[in-house]
Amino acid sequence: MHIRKNQATLTADEKRRFVAALLELKRTGRYDAFVTTHNAFIMGDTDGGDRVGHRSPSFLPWHRRFLLEFEAALRSVDPTVALPYWDWTADRTSRSSLWAPDFLGGTGRARDGQVVDGPFARSGDRWPITVRVDGRDYLRRDLGASGRPLPTRAEVDSVLAMETYDTAPWNSASDGFRNHLEGWRGVNLHNRVHVWVGGQMATGVSPNDPVFWLHHAFVDKLWADWQARHPASPYLPAAGTANVVDLHDTMRPWNDVTPADMLDHTRHYTFDTAATAA
Amino acid sequence: MSSSITRRKVLGVAAGAAGAAAGLALAGPAAAAAAPARTAAPGSADFDEVYLGRHIKGGPSAHGGHHGGHEGHGGGYTVTIDGAELHVMRNADGTWISVITHYDPVATPRAAARAAVRELQGAPLVPLTLPVA
Repeated sequence: MHIRKNQATLTADEKRRFVAALLELKRTGRYDAFVTTHNAFIMGDTDGGDRVGHRSPSFLPWHRRFLLEFEAALRSVDPTVALPYWDWTADRTSRSSLWAPDFLGGTGRARDGQVVDGPFARSGDRWPITVRVDGRDYLRRDLGASGRPLPTRAEVDSVLAMETYDTAPWNSASDGFRNHLEGWRGVNLHNRVHVWVGGQMATGVSPNDPVFWLHHAFVDKLWADWQARHPASPYLPAAGTANVVDLHDTMRPWNDVTPADMLDHTRHYTFDTAATAA
Repeated sequence: MSSSITRRKVLGVAAGAAGAAAGLALAGPAAAAAAPARTAAPGSADFDEVYLGRHIKGGPSAHGGHHGGHEGHGGGYTVTIDGAELHVMRNADGTWISVITHYDPVATPRAAARAAVRELQGAPLVPLTLPVA
């Protein structure tokens, strides 16, 4: 059992090991396979058709499984590594230690959005963007340029207060916790963070930026926090829903894992701070 | 000016189709989600313009919106930037996103194309990669 920690609390050695494992997965080509998978689902998931990874109830269990697979790959390189999470309600400016040169590097330069410091800058030649939707092969960011600030703790709490996991029509038009956390409706949490980071994070190939994993590890933690607050609220829908992954349906691309299998994260990892029912 | 009259007629037909779709959307999210993918969407009229030096174009898909066996990509609507296809998608509420700005819905496919042009900063699109999952 390993522990997922708040990125702000990592030691210099933990940051160094996490970065080294990322660079090794990139070097061997294993990293880009994750980018490809994510983009395939983001382009394939539609409100009126089959939807698995996004804009659907399985957004949360799908990304939990996706992160578990990625974390296992990291740990095959260095067994001491676990995915950290980025609490963007607390570390909410481009001056956060998250964006320092010893960790993820900072925002992109004005001319072309290119990240020019940190381990993932083009100059280091260790982070080519190969799975891409346009001609640019370097990591880009535009932290905060969208003009809308990162979500606040109060906004997160307003979403965690929602009792119902998800509602028909089980897509981007739904009411309920899942869609408000995903951000297609309401105060907008997850989607807004992608837009705030900018660059590849705002596109279908968002896992090209390593912050993708830290963002989703926090979204995943918010799911655990919500479960602690609403122990009587089940994953929905339960069964028989067209185009949607019900509780006991298997999820593509693995086809051997269901939302029910993903409900209890403590079978796989714990967080540095236990979820509270407050 | 018979050409402009013809143009108005064409736009009138498009507006009628959009109005019908808007009525469907008002019937509720479930009805909108259940609507056929090829239903003309509000704000999805054809466009063809040069924006910040890039040729952007949008209209109903010649190939009916089928990609890799999946239904409903872009609701049967195709957008190109300098002739290369930009993957777009219509949300249940009628807003649009593209693969370049995938988490930030805008009102129309033209707005999605313009947002992509701004984001590209002159870079070419790479050919559309189809889902393999």
